[in-house]
Amino acid sequence: MITRREKIAGGAANFIDERTGAAKWVKKSLQKVFPDHWSFMLGEIALYSFIILLLSGTFLTFWFVPSQEELVYNGSYLPLNGVKMSAAYESTLNISFDVRGGLLMRQVHHWAALLFLAAMVAHLMRVFFTGAFRKPRELNWIFGVALLTLGIVEGFLGYSLPDDLLSGTGIRIAEAIIQAIPVIGTYLAFFAFGGDFPGELFIPRIYTVHVLLLPGIFLALITVHLMLVWYQKHTQYPGAGRTEKNVVGYPLLPVYMAKAGGFFFIVFGVTVLLGAFASINPIWIFGPYTPTQISAGSQPDWYMGWLDGLVRMAPPLETYLFGYTISWNILIPGLIVPGIIFTGMALYPFIEAWATGDKREHHLLDRPRNAPTRTAIGAMSLTFMIVSLINGGNDLIATHFGLSINQIMWGTRISIIVLPPLAYVITKRVCLSLQRYDRELVLHGRETGRLVMLPHGEYIEVHEPISPEQAHLLTQHQQALPLDAPAIDANGVAPRAGIKAKVRRRLSKAMLGEQIAKPTAEDVKALEGGHH
Amino acid sequence: MSLFRWLTGKRRHRAMAPALLVVGLFLIGGIYSIAAPPNNATASNARSALIEEGKNIFLRGCSSCHGLNAEGGSIAPSLIGVGAASVDFQVATGRMPMGDMSVQAMRKKPVYNAQEIAALAAYVASLAPGPAIPTEEQLDYERDGNVAEGGELFRTNCAMCHNAAAQGGALTAGKYAPTLMGVEPVHIYEAMITGPQAMPVFGDRAITPEEKLSIIKWVKSVESEGNFAGASLGKVGPVTEGLVAWVVGIGALIAIAVWLATKAR
Repeated sequence: MITRREKIAGGAANFIDERTGAAKWVKKSLQKVFPDHWSFMLGEIALYSFIILLLSGTFLTFWFVPSQEELVYNGSYLPLNGVKMSAAYESTLNISFDVRGGLLMRQVHHWAALLFLAAMVAHLMRVFFTGAFRKPRELNWIFGVALLTLGIVEGFLGYSLPDDLLSGTGIRIAEAIIQAIPVIGTYLAFFAFGGDFPGELFIPRIYTVHVLLLPGIFLALITVHLMLVWYQKHTQYPGAGRTEKNVVGYPLLPVYMAKAGGFFFIVFGVTVLLGAFASINPIWIFGPYTPTQISAGSQPDWYMGWLDGLVRMAPPLETYLFGYTISWNILIPGLIVPGIIFTGMALYPFIEAWATGDKREHHLLDRPRNAPTRTAIGAMSLTFMIVSLINGGNDLIATHFGLSINQIMWGTRISIIVLPPLAYVITKRVCLSLQRYDRELVLHGRETGRLVMLPHGEYIEVHEPISPEQAHLLTQHQQALPLDAPAIDANGVAPRAGIKAKVRRRLSKAMLGEQIAKPTAEDVKALEGGHH
Repeated sequence: MSLFRWLTGKRRHRAMAPALLVVGLFLIGGIYSIAAPPNNATASNARSALIEEGKNIFLRGCSSCHGLNAEGGSIAPSLIGVGAASVDFQVATGRMPMGDMSVQAMRKKPVYNAQEIAALAAYVASLAPGPAIPTEEQLDYERDGNVAEGGELFRTNCAMCHNAAAQGGALTAGKYAPTLMGVEPVHIYEAMITGPQAMPVFGDRAITPEEKLSIIKWVKSVESEGNFAGASLGKVGPVTEGLVAWVVGIGALIAIAVWLATKAR
């Protein structure tokens, strides 16, 4: 029997299907399988934070006035009554004190921004350390790098909009970085600010970019990013029954619909809890921006903190050339180093593929220990970022831990050169010893901790063989060899190699030269046949 | 009369003339001290008693560094002319006597009580004129100050070291501008007129007494402002906010993600 309700639903579905032909696609899509792992949800956190940003941001636009027109405050926050300020700052005060729910929405918006960037970075780390960026996903990696870069810019613009003392200071530094570009810097800064700093144009300009241009680009990039995930299918961790040709997991309907939908509300909930219980960017304490004022302990949001830290540790280097000043102390930490980092990051999948000569498709993820060099490069980059980030907060660290700001600066200046290579070496060694441990596990089994005395007095520890599933997990990875050196001819002369070939061979040796051979079936047989 | 005869016998002795001179001087001094008019009033007597008491405290507690006459030394500055305000600020906030001389005097529990501090201040003020301790009447910031103007003045003159929310900030080589939260109005005032340690002096022509009261009023309003926006996170800006975003925000969400992913098995 078909109930009345089923009849209505069926009729509606039919109506849509007859006009769009969507039924087949929807049916297929709803059965699409996704693998299940907590680390696959980091990107989801970023996506949901973005949705929260769109919603809370729309709310804020209803009351925010993007104008630097000067007026005198006469509102609910008494300590600022009678103070001259811009309309932008005044409207932010009004949102905080007079609009119902305004302060909560402001705080939710700002917390969501910090979480958006943090989730993107966490997602990036997962993708990097598991090798998910390998063919065929290099393009999606680049879209991801673009999203992160634009996210930093978007966050900074949002931080600048309220026109409080802190945000104005940030804009001033941004202007200095633009000016540091040799030759055209001054012109660019004039172009961006419509004249000398601060002028009356940057708030309206930043506003348009913040609420229209960048969110539009974000939507486009996120759509492409997700469509590619959909089309290429999700990667999965290796394990029994998982191959390069299948995806083991749960169907979209009902499992993933419920999980992802539920997780969206959890992310929303956590963000609202943060907004309700933790103060963020209390602009009324900072006061309105005036170029003549500055606060001790001025900091950018965390995702810009590493950049600030690099600028803070740069030695005072300047060159005067043909009447131009080149400020290396801003140019290097503010533009050149970040440029190298982000370009290197975007190109990394291609560099790795070129070095290893790996042209195959990969849908099974790497365990980080099985790609020691990549893992070491990741640890090295993270160490670099963390040292810079620490120096970004050097003044607060100095006052709160009773240290000298000069010592911290010198400490980070030395650390930023010494620690990343150290992190590289240590991580690589740790990965290799983990590989050795895996080999031991497969060949000799798990140490049970039980000591047994044999009849002739010898003590042995009982080893228990590991499960076939675990043995598969520990041995499923492929171990490629470094690119061969060109054959030496009969006269003992190696063929001439160009610089490119030499570089490639060296990179290849660095990537693949050191690895612990995984146990083969023969190894296991040989052991079983022998004494044990 | 054997003593008189003995003296007569020694009248031509070498030491007799200097001895007579000493006796004569004592006589004259003694007669003068009895005959001279007494110092003008009892108030002044009390004051000199206070100065005397201050001097005694100074000799016991301060002179080893600042010198027996407060003239200063290799490790401590001269206190001649620093005025009562400076003594009151340094001693009543516990900065002096200084325990740890490595970087700068830090605020701690005062060593001396109010009476002793007043005595010390009177003694140092007696050495040479200097800024006086402001009176209660002069410190009525609730009546004479203006919060908004105080905030403007604070952001222009003070925030670059003390932070826009008066939470303190780092200076070079381990020195720091301390937080102003919980500081007595009189000590904020005294700091402005005496410029302790790395702080400049803000004289009455740079910032008028009324403006100083406005600054104090603003600081007090920041201090008493409730945390209506939630936990203040130290009011130090984005550094603690970033820490919370990662540890609390991403931390909680990853914990939930792990839970979601394991439940399904």
